[in-house]
Amino acid sequence: MRLSPDEIILWQYGFVKLNGTIVFTWGLMLVLAVGSKLITRNLSTELRRSRWQNLLEIVITGIQKQIEDVGLPHPQKYLGFLGTLFLFLALASLCTVIPGYEPPTGSLSTTAALALCVLVAVPLFGIKEQGLGGYLKSYAEPTVIMLPFNVISELSRTLALAIRLFGNMMSGTMILAILLTITPFIFPIAMRALGLLTGMVQAYIFSILAAVYIAAATRPQGEARTDANAKA
Amino acid sequence: MDNVTLTAIASIVTAGLTIAGGSIGPALGEGRAVATALSSLAQQPDAATTITRTLFVGLAMIESIAIYCFVVSMILIFANPFWNHVIAQTAGK
Repeated sequence: MRLSPDEIILWQYGFVKLNGTIVFTWGLMLVLAVGSKLITRNLSTELRRSRWQNLLEIVITGIQKQIEDVGLPHPQKYLGFLGTLFLFLALASLCTVIPGYEPPTGSLSTTAALALCVLVAVPLFGIKEQGLGGYLKSYAEPTVIMLPFNVISELSRTLALAIRLFGNMMSGTMILAILLTITPFIFPIAMRALGLLTGMVQAYIFSILAAVYIAAATRPQGEARTDANAKA
Repeated sequence: MDNVTLTAIASIVTAGLTIAGGSIGPALGEGRAVATALSSLAQQPDAATTITRTLFVGLAMIESIAIYCFVVSMILIFANPFWNHVIAQTAGK
């Protein structure tokens, strides 16, 4: 039984391997990049728009509204990062309807890479927003004693992000594989439909958590750093 | 019983216990969270978007504990690190 698409090896030359994770990730990236390029090629501000432009506008304004609701006042600055995260994860789980496809997020390497992106992006946005000193000072809040715990929470929440996404996506394929041996035919389809829902919820949660962490890092001093920091 | 059998028994039993114990706590927690969210939704339907978003994030937090247990039990069954060690030891003998 396979745990992750890492174990599908399509091509190997020496120690250079081309496994399923890499191929599916690049495929998704290609679809996203070429798709958005094609759609945004002839945008119109007229009343009459192409239906793809309408779709993209709905998605973008939806993401912007969610980011704003989390507590980031200028969503445009964070749209590139958070929107890409969400779209990639959503497409990765939506594509599971294609036969032969396995979500690349079912591999711990992919989710760890995404979580590392969040780990790097949070301090960058924080420093950009309130300066190096201001950002570093936020680690020593409410007192200096909390400094090591704040650093630990930074690391442990990155681990949690990676493991959560990996576990959810991996469990979907795993349960399907087990069910196919026990009750083939109807029941796996129902579980697949449930897997689509879980995938969307996980994509939403991953990007909303990234937004919450960024909001906690960019919030000006004095305001309470509430819920976002305590979570691990 | 040799070491390989003992390792297999320990891994399988531990995997079962992990997922059993690890699903009870988050299940109770999620039930409480959803119940509270539903009652606050009934009291304040205007705040539905905020409550739903916070609920989802909180549920993900709670659920991640169950997911950790699941990952640990899957590792114990399918990618057991002790397995190779024991087999190498037996083969070396």
